[in-house]
Formats: sequence, structure tokens, C-alpha cells
Amino acid sequence: MDDRDLAVSRRGVLAAGAASVAVSQVPLSRAGAADSTAKPAQQAVRLSVNGKAHDLTLDTRTTLLDTLREHLQLTGTKKGCDHGQCGACTVLVNGQRINSCLSLAVMHQGDEVTTVEGLGTPDKLHPMQHAFVEHDAYQCGYCTPGQICSAVAVLDEIRKGVPSHVTSDLTGTMQPTNIEMRERMSGNICRCGAYSNIAEAMAQVAEG
Amino acid sequence: MEFNGPSQDAILTDPKVIGKSTRRIDGPLKTTGTAPYAYERHDVVPNQAYGYVLGAGIAKGRITAMNLEDARKAPGVIAIVAATEHEPVGSSDFNHAPLFGGRKIAHYHQAIACVVAETFEEARAAAAMIRTSYEPEDGTYDLAKVAPSAELEKGGWGDARSDRGDFEATFGAAAEKLDQHYTTPDESHAMMEPMATIAAWDGDRLTVWTSNQMINWGKESLASILSIPEDKIRVDSPYIGGGFGGKLFVRADAVMAALAAKAAKRPVKVMLQRPLIFNNTTHRPATIQRVRIGTDKQGRIQAIAHECWSGNITGQDGENATAQTNHMYAGDDRMTASYVTQLDLPEGNAMRAPGEAPGHMGLEVAIDEMAEKLGMDPIEFRILNEPKTMPAHPDRKFSERHLVRCLREGGERFGWSKRQAKPASVSDGRWLVGMGVSAGFRGAPTTKSAARVALDGNGGAKVTTDMTDIGTGSYTIIAQTAAECLGLPLEKVSVVLGDSAFPVSSGSGGQWGAASSTAGVYAACIELHRSIAQKLGIDPQTIRFEDGRVIGAGKTVPLSDLGQLAATGEIDFGDYKKGYDIGTYAGHFCEVGVDRYTGEIRIRRMLAVCDAGRILNPLSARSQVIGAMTMAAGATLMEELAVDKRFGYFVNHDLASYEVPVHADIPHQEVVFLDTPDPYSTPLQAKGVGELGICGPTAAIANAVYNATGIRVREYPITLDKMIDQLPQV
Amino acid sequence: MRSFTYQRAESASQAAAAVAATPGAKFIAGGTNLLDLMKLEIETPTHLVDVQDTGLDRIEDTPEGGLRIGTLVSNTALSADQRVRRDYAVLTRAIQAGASGQLRNKATTGGNLLQRTRCPYFYDPNMPCNKRKPGDGCAAMKGYSRQLGVIGTSESCIATYPGDMAVALRLLDAVVETVKGDGTARSIPIADFHRLWGDHPERETALEPGEMITHVVLPKPLGGKHVYHKVRDRASYAFALVSVAAVIQPDGTGRVAFGGMAPKPWRVEEAEALLPQGASAVVKRAFANAKPRSDNRFKLALAERTLAGILAEARS
Repeated sequence: MDDRDLAVSRRGVLAAGAASVAVSQVPLSRAGAADSTAKPAQQAVRLSVNGKAHDLTLDTRTTLLDTLREHLQLTGTKKGCDHGQCGACTVLVNGQRINSCLSLAVMHQGDEVTTVEGLGTPDKLHPMQHAFVEHDAYQCGYCTPGQICSAVAVLDEIRKGVPSHVTSDLTGTMQPTNIEMRERMSGNICRCGAYSNIAEAMAQVAEG
Repeated sequence: MEFNGPSQDAILTDPKVIGKSTRRIDGPLKTTGTAPYAYERHDVVPNQAYGYVLGAGIAKGRITAMNLEDARKAPGVIAIVAATEHEPVGSSDFNHAPLFGGRKIAHYHQAIACVVAETFEEARAAAAMIRTSYEPEDGTYDLAKVAPSAELEKGGWGDARSDRGDFEATFGAAAEKLDQHYTTPDESHAMMEPMATIAAWDGDRLTVWTSNQMINWGKESLASILSIPEDKIRVDSPYIGGGFGGKLFVRADAVMAALAAKAAKRPVKVMLQRPLIFNNTTHRPATIQRVRIGTDKQGRIQAIAHECWSGNITGQDGENATAQTNHMYAGDDRMTASYVTQLDLPEGNAMRAPGEAPGHMGLEVAIDEMAEKLGMDPIEFRILNEPKTMPAHPDRKFSERHLVRCLREGGERFGWSKRQAKPASVSDGRWLVGMGVSAGFRGAPTTKSAARVALDGNGGAKVTTDMTDIGTGSYTIIAQTAAECLGLPLEKVSVVLGDSAFPVSSGSGGQWGAASSTAGVYAACIELHRSIAQKLGIDPQTIRFEDGRVIGAGKTVPLSDLGQLAATGEIDFGDYKKGYDIGTYAGHFCEVGVDRYTGEIRIRRMLAVCDAGRILNPLSARSQVIGAMTMAAGATLMEELAVDKRFGYFVNHDLASYEVPVHADIPHQEVVFLDTPDPYSTPLQAKGVGELGICGPTAAIANAVYNATGIRVREYPITLDKMIDQLPQV
Repeated sequence: MRSFTYQRAESASQAAAAVAATPGAKFIAGGTNLLDLMKLEIETPTHLVDVQDTGLDRIEDTPEGGLRIGTLVSNTALSADQRVRRDYAVLTRAIQAGASGQLRNKATTGGNLLQRTRCPYFYDPNMPCNKRKPGDGCAAMKGYSRQLGVIGTSESCIATYPGDMAVALRLLDAVVETVKGDGTARSIPIADFHRLWGDHPERETALEPGEMITHVVLPKPLGGKHVYHKVRDRASYAFALVSVAAVIQPDGTGRVAFGGMAPKPWRVEEAEALLPQGASAVVKRAFANAKPRSDNRFKLALAERTLAGILAEARS
């Protein structure tokens, strides 16, 4: 019996009663679950998004990201992976950047959310948005709102003295050096590879 | 218009807009989150429902049963399209793996159902309630094992085999020889926007708002996949969140959205969930490469051969890593061959510089190894072997080729003279430091492309074409082209892209998009010049467009006086190009540090010097190149779809486990464009750069790692586990 | 993701009582790992008790000269605390080596201790996994295991604990304080908090159902030089291949713990006593019973070399 047989036969055990080497995709621990035809749980939540209050009643499963994109139709915040692995969904909540895909809307009762749309508009760009345009710090544009929200927060974190993985003196003051910014921006993946330009856009804003 | 001889348009003598660094006209939209991508188009059609795609749980075999009962009863569910209840959909010229329907499973995570519900949460939950049983079959998943039985590639992007002279004899008799194998892994495009589509039916007419690089291919493919007439289909894709070849073709999102919308009797939106993408869609196939080089004592290449083995679900065309070798180095006796075997992994297909990207990872390391054997500097070795005409077809002349300049100027800028030829001789604290170089070649294909240019009657112009902007900067270079040709400032030109209702363009792929689509816009402008000339009674040969005015025959007429004149034009490329080898070239340089304790590799500096025709917009062209250099860093140092050879799938199918470079991996990158317009390429003397940028930095990094450590890893990615036993004693 | 009901608790004991009393209930704090797993239906709670209003978000000095960290203190806040930076730098270093800025802003001290493995077979519900479904078999055992464990694994499971913070906490001999559903509190030494898989890889920690982490207590500072070296293929935002946390005293003695090797942060006190003899002696002793696979055998050499680098720099 080679590895494959071993593995497949182990999986065969799963297919209840099947004598052949059959495989089933069985929903995990479905047995014993609550009645799956019941109406999904809903909950009321009040959010402030870009300074505007919203009273919503949502399926408890709704992430902050889907609340923004699907319910409020604020589609500037992007879904790249929905699992906290890319950073495209980055928004500011009460001034801190988070992945909105890994947060439920109901967890944000009363929170102040700022999305890329809240930073600036095409006619009135935020300095970071302007710097991104000037330095061509994007290509396809899909990760860009997340990069910009993160970049704004990163400069704030450096100002506030939050250390990073590359900070050599943990007790000293933080500086917006190239490597500090790059380390802190590493939760925002850009597959088009605009990193070098993003670092320069940020440096421009950091220098004021 | 036919482009059938070298370009000599007067527009190019003193361009005012083309060739100038220009901020993207779509920048304010992209940076404010107001550029709409496929899944975000709430405004195009009301009452959109949510579709969620379920992927197969085995790699090969048959579905014996699908229990849909629970899912159908689940809250919010509107419809389910399931493989067992649906005939296999059709195929297209561009799809190899079955997209949907029937019980046969050809690869892991093949789409087997789409659940439509009122909300995303309901659709996702119901999809998880579907219970599927399979009868798995044995499959073939191990390239190395079956490579010996591979046959010459059929179809594919390049020559399956090419011979000149007698390679074997000359190689056998050569004074110095190298014979090495290199392997590259399966790779994923991993663009940031997942494949996504909103589909809506109006009677028998289908509209898809989707994310696709090639609008017209997409329309043709959907017609053949869904068996409906092409003229009943509209495809719209104005913003595309990255493609890299992964969105050249119609994928399951569009097919499932269309079928689901029909079943649900209302518009349906589908986004492939990230963990599904790696196995459901296409990837760059792995390669095994063998490079043999024979030289005389002075280092002149006399014999060179590059062979490649790859696999694909069809067993027909794979990843032809030999593509560049016919163009790069002198040597009278030569051979390339690309062999392909059948594998039951997901479909392999084009990813940024198919063939050439991994091809440089073999060839350009072999060149480095050969130079070292000869005791020569790797730049000098390359320059010594620079050919006079295309080496595999000596009757083909180079149109413009400045590879030697790329290497020389790059060497000077990078401080190559400081490189120590002896490996492992430079340290910086705990870091071993090394430099590497590679040459780069990528073809400069062009293809038919059309556009429409319309004056708006208010002194502005609007360009429409089904061309796409996948991050390449198409919007801006198209606007620049129209502005230049019509004598308008950039802000007076608007550009609308990506709609199949517009004239058919080249689309974006194979680095042909920029050169071809701007040529198409140029052709449309020339048509518009003609009709304006006719209207004003001016000789089309003498008409000039300056500062928003038409000048000629003693007249000066503002464009705003001409009303809403419009013209459609198409560029077509004549046979005369076949006599030329038209390529793009680069010298790539890299410095790395390798931690002497842990073997961690970190890039310290990168430089590309590019010879790629007239650079239409140096600002965005540079971004294309640095982006490709970044992807090259990933390919060299971390990216690998790990194949589980028992179950037949890519194990690391998310963005946490398939690692692509992050900010911290990429230092400041330098790019230099030589000013080398190529009149043989297009009327604007332009070529592409987006794929040139990934052809060579890989090998430059690999060669730098060797220079730093003296350790040669020939199995990509170059990771510390492959070096750790050879690192210095600590 | 299955439907679930949601409530907020105002105190830890209320939260623990609610979870203990409700079948299928789970705590949620930052949610960064739980929601990820819920989307894949690897976690399927029917009720979530959100603990963000429980007030456990402070870092207090203890009479013993250490720190008492509330379970809700975010990774960012903990790593940025001036006392932690000054006296427990290895903890700041470990936290900042993990995840991304966005995730560290949401991830909590208690939640991070409960982070589940990143074994790719655990993450794919089509693949057999004893941790997801006891008795299912283990696809990783003879599969792709470059990231997986080399020691403390079992015939049932070769996954690793993936976090960084806990490696530093293990080094510092932290104590985890909890409250159970019946309101009783207890303290669990960090060494006993994470379990080895044995025959029950689905049981990952010493926590009982409905038991909630309230605090993590750090004993008084150790002094010495604090280092956390995390080795990975890309420079950031990746799980460790191997990580080494160390506190090295001027006399060459110290402590060392390893991440990325085992079901728990791996620290062997008898091995670290050999620190003055160098990395090789320590690693040989600490990993004497290692059972590496062919594609993760390199971790042993890597752990030794990483420690050797730390010792060399500590001496310089």
C-alpha cells in the first residue's frame, strides 16, 4: 500500500458505508447542527462611516468589509482574499487600521470607520492619495485603497512611537525610514509590484 | 490601415505628449476607490443576487452523487446550478480544462456547483451544505516521473523544436562544456482582484461585467462555451485588478454567473473565493530544463542547446522555456526542444512572459556558470557572444537591438567593477554579499487593433476601444496618443475602455497591448485627420493639429468648430515584419545579502536597463518594469505551488501559504530606458515592456546568491533549506 | 459560515458562564483567526460571545515586579507598552515579528495564545485531518510538510503552533489566568497551556470548555539581552519556518525557546543550561527526540544556526 492508497482509504472511511474507495465531501460536523433551514440570525448595528451614521440590521455573519461593499455600496474597500492575507480590505476603525474582512459588523457597534472614500475624493485628494498619483504608486489599482489607508495609519503609528520588527532601538524615537515603512506596510500585498514607488510616495508625505 | 514599412510619421519628430512622463488619468479614481471593478457594479443592473462556487474535492474521477436537498432548503437560496444536473458546457479555443457540467472531474477544485442566494452569507453557507460523493481515479501528478515519456509540444506559443547545424557533434568536440539541469515550479498569477463577474440576461442577450484582459476573446469564448451567438453577448471590463495572463481567458466566474443568472432568472454576481483560485483557474506550469553550452578556449559559443519538459492537462502545450534561446546568443550549431507530457493537475496556461520568464531562470544561470568555467566576467562573456543577426535564423535581421548597451551601461551604473568574481568573498556583518547579472529578451509582438476617436464639439475628444487596462497604464498612453495626434492637451481627451460594444483591440497580453492598442488609436486618428481634411478642403498630407486647432491651406480652425466628427480606424501589421527579429532587451542587475547563519536571502539593490522601443509613458512603463522585477523576486526566492502528488492538487492554495513578495522584500528599484525607438515595430515606434521586466531579474538574483555564497541552487525557488548544508560553518 | 447568534458580555465571568451554558458557543475577541476558520467551516460555532466589553484591556504592575496583561490588550498595544519594551524586549520583538500591523491591531493577548495551526491540510476541508475531525486520518503525515513539526508531534498530527508571542511568553515563564463558567479562577503556567497532540490533536490547550483567559502574568524582568529571530522565506508577513527567542545574560547563561518546531513553543530547561557550550549542544539536547520528515529536516540545522547567530551577536 503506497502513501496514496493509505490516504485515500483513510478518506474512504469517511464515506459512511461505502465499500469502494469512494470519497465524500462531507460538511464538517453537520450532524447535530442547529436547524439549517432556520432564518439566519440578524442583529442591529450602528456604525459611523466617513462621518455618516448608519443604522443597519444585518445577518450576524456579515463582515465589516461586506457591510461596506454590499450594504453601503462603498466599494473602495477591496476584497482580495477575505482571509486577512492580503490587506486590500484595510480600513481605519477608531483611527486604527484593521483588516475589515476579519471583523464582523456587529463587533463594531458605535465605531467610527474611515474608508478610502473618507480620505479624499477625485477632486480633493488626500495628500497620500496625491502622492500615490504623483509617484505612480499603483498599477491595477485594486490593492491601492488598502495601501493608502495603511500608509496613512503607518505614518501615524511611527509618530506615536509604536515599534516594529525592524526597529533597532525599542526605547528610542521612531523615524519614517525606508525600511521602517516597508516593514510596516508588509501586510498590504501589491502583486503588480508598486512597492518601490509606494515607499517613495510615503516618504514624500512623511517629509510633509 | 496597414503598417507595412518602417514608421516615419512627422508626429514623432517633436512629440509633445507621447514619451513624456505622465500621471495616469485614472489615478484619481483608483486612489479614491471610485474606479469600479467587476464585482462592484451595483449601478449597472438592479436586483443582483449572490452566487457562490463550489469546487471539486478530488483531482480526477467522477461524481457519483450530489445531494443538494439541504442546500436547496437553506434560507435565502434562489437556485442551484449543479454539475450532475447540467450537461458539460462547451469549450473554446482558449480553454483546455472543462469549465463546468457533467460528472467528470478533470482537476481539483473544478467548479461543480453555484449556489445563488439573496445574500453572500446565505450563498456561502448553502454551498457548504452540498454533499458530494466521488469515485476517484488514479491520476498523473509528478512531472519528474513522467517527463521521460514527454513528446514534442503541439501548439503553444513558440517553436517546439528548432535546429541549426549539428549541435551534438559540435558540442561533443567543444573545448569547454557545460551541461546542467534546472527546475522551476508551478506558479500562480495571484493577482489581487479575484476573478469576478456580474451576469444578467435580457431575453436571449447576455451581459457580463467581468474582469478580463481580452474582451473579444472573452466574447468569442463565452459564445462557444454557452452555445449562444456572439452578437448576443456584451462583455464589459473597464477596470481589472491585475491579470498577468490569468484573466486572458473566460473562467468559471463568468460561466457560473451566466448559468446561475439564467437559473435564478435575475442578475447574479460571482467572485471566486481566494482559496479556490489556485486550483480552479490556470497557473504557470513547472519546467525541467537542460542547458548545454560548448565554447572554444576563448569563450566563443559554438554549440548551444536548451531543452524543456513541462506538463499540462491536455498533454499538448506546456511552458516552453526555450523561447528566448533562439534569439539570445551566437553559436552556429544549436538546438531547442520543448517536450510536454500529460498531467492531471489544473490547467497550465499563460502567465507573464510564458516560456521566457522561466526560460531565463535556466539559460541565464547556465551562462553565468559557463562564464565562471571560462574564467570570464559574465558581462564580457555575453558581449563576446552577441549575435549579428537572429542566431537561430541568421537570415532575420534585428530591427533595433541594444543589448550590449544595456549590459555596459547597467554595469557602470550598478558598480559592477566592484564585484568580486570569486564567490563568498564579500561580507557585511553577518551578511554574505554578492552581485549578479542577467541579460533579458522578450519578443515584441504586435497585433491588429482598432479604436474610435470622436470629437465632442467642445474642443475635446473621446477614444473608445475594447482595449483593457490591467494596471499597465493603457488609459493614459491611449489618451497621450490621441492628444498628440489631434494637437490637444491631455485633459481634453477622455478614454473609455473594455466594452465589447467598442472597436476590437489587441487586448492586454503577451506584452503586445501598449504598442498595438496605441497604433490602433493612431490609425483612428489618421482616419479622423482624413475626414477633417476633406471637410475643410485641406490636403491630408499637409494638415496639422496644434493647440486645439486644425491648420492647413491657409486656414486655422478650432476643433470645437467641427462638431461631433468621429472616425474608426484599425492598425494591421503587414508581412514585412517577418524578415526581422523584433525584440525587447534588458540588462538586469541585482545585489543580495545572504545571512551566513540562517541562509535568509534579502535583495539589497536591483537595476534594469531596458531597450524597448519608444517609451510612451516613462512613468507607467517604469512601474511595469519594477512590478515585473518584483514578481521575478518572488519566482526566484519564494513562489512555488506545492504539488501533493498523492491527491493531485496544489496544497498551498491561499495567499498565506503561497508567498508572494511583500514590501519588506523589495528595496528601491532602478530602471533606465535607453532611448531606442524602433521604426519597424509600430507607427509610434513602440514596444512592450511589461514582460521584459520579468525576463532576467530572476537569474540576476540567482547569480547574485551564488556570488554571495558560492552555493548554486538549480531548483527554484532558491530557499534556505536548499543551501543550509553548504553554508559556512558557524 | 454557519449562522450564529451573537451577544456581548460585560464581564469575564458573565462571558464564561454564557459560553459554558450554550452548546456550540465560542468566545470572540479580535476574531482574526476564528473568522478566518469560520469562513471555511473549520470552526462552526452556533453562538458567539463577544468579550470586547469586559474591560480586560489594561497592563498593570504586579506586586512581584512583573506585569499583569489583560486578555484584550492588543498585540500592538502590548508590544508598544514602554515597560514591555524596556524590560521584556523579547516579547515586543516576538509580537512585532508576527502577522501584519492590521492584524496586530485586532489580535488580542488571549486570542493569540489560541491561534490554531496553519497546516495546509487542516485548512482544506476536503483533506483528512485528525485535528478537524478526530479519527479522520492525517494528510500531512506523508504530504507536504515543509512548515510542519519536527518534535512533540504524534502519529495523529504533525502540525505546529504557529504563533510568535507565545514563544516569548514561554521564555519568560508567563502564567495564564482564567475564569471558568462556574466563576472559579485558576492560573496555568504557560509551559502547561499548550498540549502536545498525542491521540487528541483536536485538544490544543489546557482550557476547559467555557473557560476564558482573563490575564497573562509576567514574572519580574530577567535582564540580559533579548532577541527574537524569526526565519522565513519572505521578509515579513509570513509564518516562521523556525523562530528562536532568547535571553542571554552577560555570563553566557540564559534561556532559549523555539517556535515553528512543535505543537507548542519548545523550551527544554536542561538544554538551555548548556547555552555556555554553544548552540550545537543546546539544540542537540532540546531536539534529542525529534522526528523530522524529509522536507522539514532542515529545521534542526536551521534552529542550531539561528541560535548560533544569536549567541555570536550576544557575545559581540
